[in-house]
Amino acid sequence: MSTLRFIDAIRNGLDIEMRRDPSVVVLGEDVTYGGPFGATKGLAEAHGSRIRDTPISEATVVGLAVGAAVSGLRPVVEIMYIDFITLAMDQLVNHGAKLRYMTNGLLRAPMVIRAQGGARGSMGAHHSQSLEAWFGHLPGMTVVAPSTPADAQGLLQAAIRSDDPVLYLEHRGLYWQKGEVPDEDDRVVVPIGKAIVRRPGSDLTIVSWSHMMGAALDAADGLAGDGIEAEVIDLRSLLPFDMDTLLASVGRTGRLVVAHEAVTRGGMGAEIAAQVQERAWAELAAPVARVGAPFVPPPFAPELERAFVRDADAIIAAARHVLDTPARGGTPTPSPEPVEA
Amino acid sequence: MLPDLPAPELVAQLRTMLRIRRFEEALIGLAADHEIGHFHVYVGQEATGVPALALLEDGDVAYTTHRNHGHLIARGVSPAGMAAEILGKATGLNRGKGGTLHLASAAHGFPTTSSSVGGPLPIAVGSAFAFQELGLDRVSVALFGDGALEEGAWHESINIAAMRRAPVIFLCENNSLEALGQKANEYPSSTLAAVRLTDLVDPFGVPAVALDGTDTRAVHEAMAAAVARARSGGGPSFIEARTVRWPGNRPLWPQLLTGETDVAYAWDPERIPVEHEKWWARQDGLLRFLRELLGAGLLTPGDASAIDTQARAEMAGAMTFALQSPFPRPEEALEHVFA
Repeated sequence: MSTLRFIDAIRNGLDIEMRRDPSVVVLGEDVTYGGPFGATKGLAEAHGSRIRDTPISEATVVGLAVGAAVSGLRPVVEIMYIDFITLAMDQLVNHGAKLRYMTNGLLRAPMVIRAQGGARGSMGAHHSQSLEAWFGHLPGMTVVAPSTPADAQGLLQAAIRSDDPVLYLEHRGLYWQKGEVPDEDDRVVVPIGKAIVRRPGSDLTIVSWSHMMGAALDAADGLAGDGIEAEVIDLRSLLPFDMDTLLASVGRTGRLVVAHEAVTRGGMGAEIAAQVQERAWAELAAPVARVGAPFVPPPFAPELERAFVRDADAIIAAARHVLDTPARGGTPTPSPEPVEA
Repeated sequence: MLPDLPAPELVAQLRTMLRIRRFEEALIGLAADHEIGHFHVYVGQEATGVPALALLEDGDVAYTTHRNHGHLIARGVSPAGMAAEILGKATGLNRGKGGTLHLASAAHGFPTTSSSVGGPLPIAVGSAFAFQELGLDRVSVALFGDGALEEGAWHESINIAAMRRAPVIFLCENNSLEALGQKANEYPSSTLAAVRLTDLVDPFGVPAVALDGTDTRAVHEAMAAAVARARSGGGPSFIEARTVRWPGNRPLWPQLLTGETDVAYAWDPERIPVEHEKWWARQDGLLRFLRELLGAGLLTPGDASAIDTQARAEMAGAMTFALQSPFPRPEEALEHVFA
């Protein structure tokens, strides 16, 4: 085991896969320098021209990756902020993600898009969004969002080895967090589509991912102080997501809270809640609760940004709400988390 | 050279340049002690924005970028309201919802400010389209850096503007001269195959000129021609204003590497520090303009010092106002959305 920062684990994952597979190349704005946060620092020294700077041309760089992927390379593209994936949507949505299907499986596009995001440090509405739900709605995509350094490395390695397009989401609030990462290359690879139970519990299930996992674990600690044992699941992969682990947990607890940083309306939480309610209605003792941002763009001012990002207290409130819901047949009280502003 | 303008207008432009310079310097000073997020300053480009935007009239619009502070001050936006917005205060232009990257003041012709590189270009063409459709002789200005030319939106925007002869001025502030880019641990510089930026304009048949962004006469004349062309139905223009990157804008975060500007450098070269001699003596457009005003006898060193003292005091007041202003209430985060 080594103790690594999340951002170093990303670099490690890139480095290991580039050593394993000469077809892996890294493309992005100023990636030879390391990018704005240093995720690719040092890779140009180790891998030379396989680390390539690009102009500020998101659409063409993503399209270039699609073309390179069908022609023998495994590109890893860095989009500096997930907010700017918007510029590349045609190339990713209409081309990359649909390639395998539209060719009836003849072609595949083994490519990874790394993008960081999240509301942290007052960067305003163009540099703070959480947009995973858009891609969770897109047939042909794979979406992962690690919360620990071990998963950052392991999921990135799995993403690079995938033969189809993967969106790999980083939250910059996690970059400097440290954690244990296994040393042996292959053992660290984390399978796509597998969630992990971070904390066992029997009273309710909290599922989250990425930076919101910290709040979910804090919430579980807070609830434990009152004798409530929450099971906390780190979903890690958002498309596909691990229904087996979710259903097994809900089967034990009967209550589920989904917590994410993205706005609640139309978020991944809605899909998870719908699927769980469709498949585990008999086991559910209360409606699934969602915790997410209010339906506004990320505001700039620190005070407003803090109001935008949900914290452990919001998760605790939602947990108490589902625990307080009377047995089936009673009238549910309104959720404490309004979906609309 | 000085623009062919009455002396009071030239002195007023100097005052605006100094107000911008002192605003940005005060902001950098403030950033050292406060967490204000990433921001970008306009130091070194005042001699472009001030004479260019002085040619706009009420009702004309300008779309700008992350490096917007100087543009807003040039068109009369309150520095106190800007500083408060940059600190995320309730008294800010946008009550803390926008921040430095999205300063907007529709009343001053800044409908929105984008931090998405190239993002404002189509929107600027859209305003020009509306002016045409509505029969207004208004002008829309797109302010952007050389990096925006790397985006597809640039090519699509100038194509549509050229086809429609839209009243839009593409004012590209190329501040990458002498920039080394991130490989030298600096702010990025441009990544373009074109040798001259105007090569990217020529195929569209749009008049394009490249000029020294510290030459206020060149800026004034090119912009005046572009404004006249736009207002008279002649269509779009492209201006590349070249400036050397201010040393304090080379790092990823702005720093006062050169120290604060001393206006006396303009008349007393002995005072210029050796370390940044090239910048102060030859590259800073503000000092160049001041030297030209002094040389033409339009102003004395005493006049310049008095204007500068006023500008410093105003910006110190703006920063104090911002610091003392309250933050917005958290529930304000939920305002101004619909559905």
